[in-house]
Amino acid sequence: MKRNNKKGIKRYIFPMIILALYGVIFLLNYTAFQRAVKTTVYGMKEMLLIIPPIFVLLGLLDVWVPREVLTKYMGPGSGLKGIGISFLIGSAAAGPLYGAFPVASVLMKKGASFFNILVFLGAWSTTKIPMFLFELKALGVPFALTRLAVNIPGIIILAKLISSFLKKEEIEGLYKKAEENVF
Amino acid sequence: MSTLMLYLAALIALCISFFKNRNKTKEGIKKGWKAFERILPQFFGVILLVGIMLAYLNTEVIGLMIGDQSGWYGVLLASLVGAITLIPGFIAFPTASLLLQNGAGLTQIAAFISSLMMVGVMTLPVETIYFGKKVAFLRNLSAYLFSLLVALIIGLVVVVK
Repeated sequence: MKRNNKKGIKRYIFPMIILALYGVIFLLNYTAFQRAVKTTVYGMKEMLLIIPPIFVLLGLLDVWVPREVLTKYMGPGSGLKGIGISFLIGSAAAGPLYGAFPVASVLMKKGASFFNILVFLGAWSTTKIPMFLFELKALGVPFALTRLAVNIPGIIILAKLISSFLKKEEIEGLYKKAEENVF
Repeated sequence: MSTLMLYLAALIALCISFFKNRNKTKEGIKKGWKAFERILPQFFGVILLVGIMLAYLNTEVIGLMIGDQSGWYGVLLASLVGAITLIPGFIAFPTASLLLQNGAGLTQIAAFISSLMMVGVMTLPVETIYFGKKVAFLRNLSAYLFSLLVALIIGLVVVVK
């Protein structure tokens, strides 16, 4: 209990520091403060709109999908199938990148390999389908297609590269952390 | 539209789950809520931080930084701005399109868009909680270098009309 309490306060240090910064900006530059508040209100709305259904889906996935099933599709040795599924889940996603981390954590808990987790994060960050449609419209077909064509192999190579920099114990530590976390 | 689909998916999943097993559904929602509540302070922090950042770094400032710059200096600057900021896609792409029309180089725009999407300096506090410092650092650094490569390739391959 004691440990939990301490953690409870510690968790709010980061937003508190930023909030204090808002106080400073309020005193120094009121127009900048107004602009910051406007963006923040927008960001809060976005988060409160998009994040709750993601967490509902995660909670249900945690309860319903057996570890063996997910390990089969995304675990070590899932090969091309695993890469494909990781790309698919990441690209079909909605929401900012910070929403991807809890999803990745559940997938790790359920037995997805770390390489596939990195592919999933790469896909969520840069090959999301709704974003791709936006990009097509705003920057044109050659731009969007070239970027996609470079990104798909790039994400796979980066995932391999990052995993190769990690020791086996480090990856195991991350899985232990994912297991201990609520997600 | 994607938000609507997300809600639809969550709703359908909830209904199926509820009919199959009420207790498991309850447990799932409880787990989801707990996880949400746990990371909420970090989410708030990130959003507050983005607010400050964008108050000083609006479209005009970004445009000035990469607008008429050329060469590697502009590309580097564009990629750094992209790495640090967090702008939703439906604002970022029209902005990029506008910057392009106003004379920004294609390579710079590609560097900006690419690092904006792949690199998240602002979201590091959230990423570290789930993945630790080392993975977060490696992922962001490699994504940053990669986004420079993407910019270079787009600059070579795509022709401005």
